[in-house]
Amino acid sequence: MNEVLSAEKAVSGFELRRYMRTTSNGKIRTGAVSRSGLAVKLTLAVLAGLTVAGFLTFDYKDIVLSEAVGATLKNIGTVFLSPRLKYDTFQGILHELLITFCLGILATIFGAIIAFFASLLCAKNIANPGIAAVVRSIVAFIRAVPTILWVLIFAVSAGLGSVAAVAGLTFHSAGYLIKVYSESIEEMDYGTIEALKACGAGFWPIVFQAIVPSSLRYMLAWTFMRFEINFTNAIAMGAAAGAGGIGYNLFMAGSFYFDMREMGFITYVVFIAVILLEAIATQIKAKVK
Amino acid sequence: MTEGTKASKSLSVFSRRKRVYTVTILCVLALFFFASAVTRYDPSAGLAALPRAFLWIVSNLVPDEKALTRLPNILKKLTETALLSVAVTVTAAVFAFFFSLMGSKTTRPSEPAAKAVRITAAFFRNVPDVVWAILLMFSFGQNILTGFFALFFTTFGMLTRAFIETVDEVSADCVEALHATGATYMQTVFQGIVPSSVSEILTWVLFMIETNIRSSTLIGILTGTGIGYLFDLYYKRLDYASASLVVLSIVVLVIVLETITGKIRKVIL
Repeated sequence: MNEVLSAEKAVSGFELRRYMRTTSNGKIRTGAVSRSGLAVKLTLAVLAGLTVAGFLTFDYKDIVLSEAVGATLKNIGTVFLSPRLKYDTFQGILHELLITFCLGILATIFGAIIAFFASLLCAKNIANPGIAAVVRSIVAFIRAVPTILWVLIFAVSAGLGSVAAVAGLTFHSAGYLIKVYSESIEEMDYGTIEALKACGAGFWPIVFQAIVPSSLRYMLAWTFMRFEINFTNAIAMGAAAGAGGIGYNLFMAGSFYFDMREMGFITYVVFIAVILLEAIATQIKAKVK
Repeated sequence: MTEGTKASKSLSVFSRRKRVYTVTILCVLALFFFASAVTRYDPSAGLAALPRAFLWIVSNLVPDEKALTRLPNILKKLTETALLSVAVTVTAAVFAFFFSLMGSKTTRPSEPAAKAVRITAAFFRNVPDVVWAILLMFSFGQNILTGFFALFFTTFGMLTRAFIETVDEVSADCVEALHATGATYMQTVFQGIVPSSVSEILTWVLFMIETNIRSSTLIGILTGTGIGYLFDLYYKRLDYASASLVVLSIVVLVIVLETITGKIRKVIL
């Protein structure tokens, strides 16, 4: 009995005090300081600091905020509450929407094909580490250049049109899909590959009998999600680079004819298309998970 | 797709697999030809354009001495764009977090409120930032705030949905436990939900900052602000050497940011 008591005493007097941390006014601190907790706090502080620095250094060009906000609210009202078409026909708009849709499809198909072969070169479990490193750094570079800049760069040598738009969108899709494809290949069970190797199967039989069957569902799901992104990107390319499709109509209505009501109509068409795509993507995501 | 169902079918695994591949390839081909016809895309011209484009990039998109004299100006605009992306994302994240509390299953004050939040988020998420940019141009003109609000609306929409999912995932148990101890709503939020979801939320914020740097280039071209405007200016002046320096500076910024966020993600998750 005595022994136990003294042991308890030792613990409370010695050990506990050694591990216990108190605040300046003597309260016991609860919760441990972990590396991740510290990193979170540090990141939050840096982000907050940068935000404040940003707001302080921005060149606002003496804009009257209340006036601008008021005008914006009025414009938002005009755009969303009184849409109508004047310069385009409804059929024409739908056709342009289809073009944007198809630009997205083409870029997704090309991106997926390139990404499929490139991901075989850079998935950690099947690729040569040297080649993988090279492919990864090329992909990092490609992804770092914004899509719009790719489109404009291609437009110089290929002319503004579907070729430049598809090439620019493809570059970025491939960069994105290589990453997710190689991740889904890396997730698969290495035993299957090993078993096929032990049987003397070559590289392509391993790819088509083991890798593709086990990751096809993920790959298709990711590809569709990329298509959703490509569709919105294709709209932006039309607007900012004049690469055709409904984005160009949007740009013309807004920045050329200054017709907000026309812009509103086109926005609604785009909005409905994007919502439908998002709903399909959500369902696919739920199915794969 | 278990072995049992496969064996019960009359076809073998391999011929079934072959059939799946054939059908997939045929569908893709059909889509390809349909899309090419609609967009008047010429595959051979597309292929031929690639080597030409690469040659052009290698011979023209190289910074020269004259371009280097523009470096200070480019870096100034680049800093502005980077700060803008951070400021937009952080501000939108603050709003999105409070809205996500109203939209999440465990913390919503009432079901209609949650529904309203979800619909608002869907609206802001699905109206493309291009629309916001053109719309804001009317009233804000060539101003950094045009880009700010255009990015803010879409970021807010995206983050609200992401945060609702995050809060739903992490909070079910901890909210119930805290309720049982008699914690108030505010205590539940700040002692339960915030600590358990902060790392996930931070990951989303870092991801959106990256995305916004790319988008702000595009918005900049449309609205004449930031680094996008600078690229457009040199590009239209056919000063490709300077334009290439802009591209390179963006690449360096994005890669540095990706590396930093990758490291942070590894530590906090």
